[in-house]
Amino acid sequence: MKCRRCKAPAVIDIRRHNAAFCRDCFLHHCKEQVKKAIDEFKMFGPDDNILVAVSGGKDSLALWHILSELGYRADGLYIGLGIGDYSDESGVRTRAFAQAHGYTLVEVSLPSDYGYDIPTAASRTNRAPCSSCGLSKRHLFNKAALDGGYDVLATGHNLDDEAAVLLGNVLHWEPGYLGRQYPVLPAADGFAKKVKPLVKMGEREMAAYCVLLDIDYQVEECPMAEGNRHLGYKEVLNSLEQRSPGAKAAFLSSFFSRGHDHFKDAAHVEKGELNSCDECGSPTTGTRCAFCALRNRVISETPVSIGRKD
Amino acid sequence: MKVILRNPRREIEIQGPMVADSLLRRLEINPETVLIICNGTLVPRDTRFSDDDEIELRPVISGGAL
Repeated sequence: MKCRRCKAPAVIDIRRHNAAFCRDCFLHHCKEQVKKAIDEFKMFGPDDNILVAVSGGKDSLALWHILSELGYRADGLYIGLGIGDYSDESGVRTRAFAQAHGYTLVEVSLPSDYGYDIPTAASRTNRAPCSSCGLSKRHLFNKAALDGGYDVLATGHNLDDEAAVLLGNVLHWEPGYLGRQYPVLPAADGFAKKVKPLVKMGEREMAAYCVLLDIDYQVEECPMAEGNRHLGYKEVLNSLEQRSPGAKAAFLSSFFSRGHDHFKDAAHVEKGELNSCDECGSPTTGTRCAFCALRNRVISETPVSIGRKD
Repeated sequence: MKVILRNPRREIEIQGPMVADSLLRRLEINPETVLIICNGTLVPRDTRFSDDDEIELRPVISGGAL
């Protein structure tokens, strides 16, 4: 195969674009697609301070690198989740990446700063691990962005992630979730602005970006994600994509352009009136936010020592 | 040729030569779900492998808390 742009030998083919690219043209393509998403959805401008949620995986490290290469001011946020060797390794990779590129990394540790870890939360609450993990991360991402005075929080959700979430939301006809599924969520009282600049990029492309730039990302899957329903949705969508290249992108982009508006009101209705959490002050529909409720339930049954050890 | 698979990491031997696309079909792997890395270099699906090549089929699908 030859590169679509320069006719040099290709290193990757992307069937949904009916194209192949050489190394340099592929890296250029990735940056162009991210820039296009940032501009199309008005995610942020050149003067904004961006906090990128990084996990040590391909998507978040590539996002951090691309935003920095495009000239944006982007710091990283890493949350230690306490998932044994998996978390230890992801922390090492993230710190090494930040140091090698001279990027600023903010760190939060769930076990040291909040007294619990994801495996314990999952077992104490009988919630799926990914549910406790997602809830904890969303809260801490938002808090770090607000506390740090950042204009926007960027996450590495890619086209495949968003298409899988959309399939789940459609299968269950969740109007509130469909109303909130968009590449930009504006800032509101107690909520930082959130953006997903990789929404036009497939996860195969993000892995290729890292391989071509020798970005040492964590290849192994989270041991707690096995059986996760989004992985099942991705399998279904990739089977469809194999038969009909471009199906995932069409499904997602058509929703953004023609479907999302129909659910916007449902997002506001389901959110309801917001109060301040009586423990942490975060917005909540009750008296205590979901994060504090989760944490209280976990640590009430777990002897803990809060605070980092020096 | 040596083929490296992940999650869990394992190695298998397959008789070459063979085109990458045929290898994926033989192993029943959806090409949307992997990168093909031959002797440490990313390659497209029409690449012909020889018997002494080392090929990694690196999965790209991640899940968990989205």
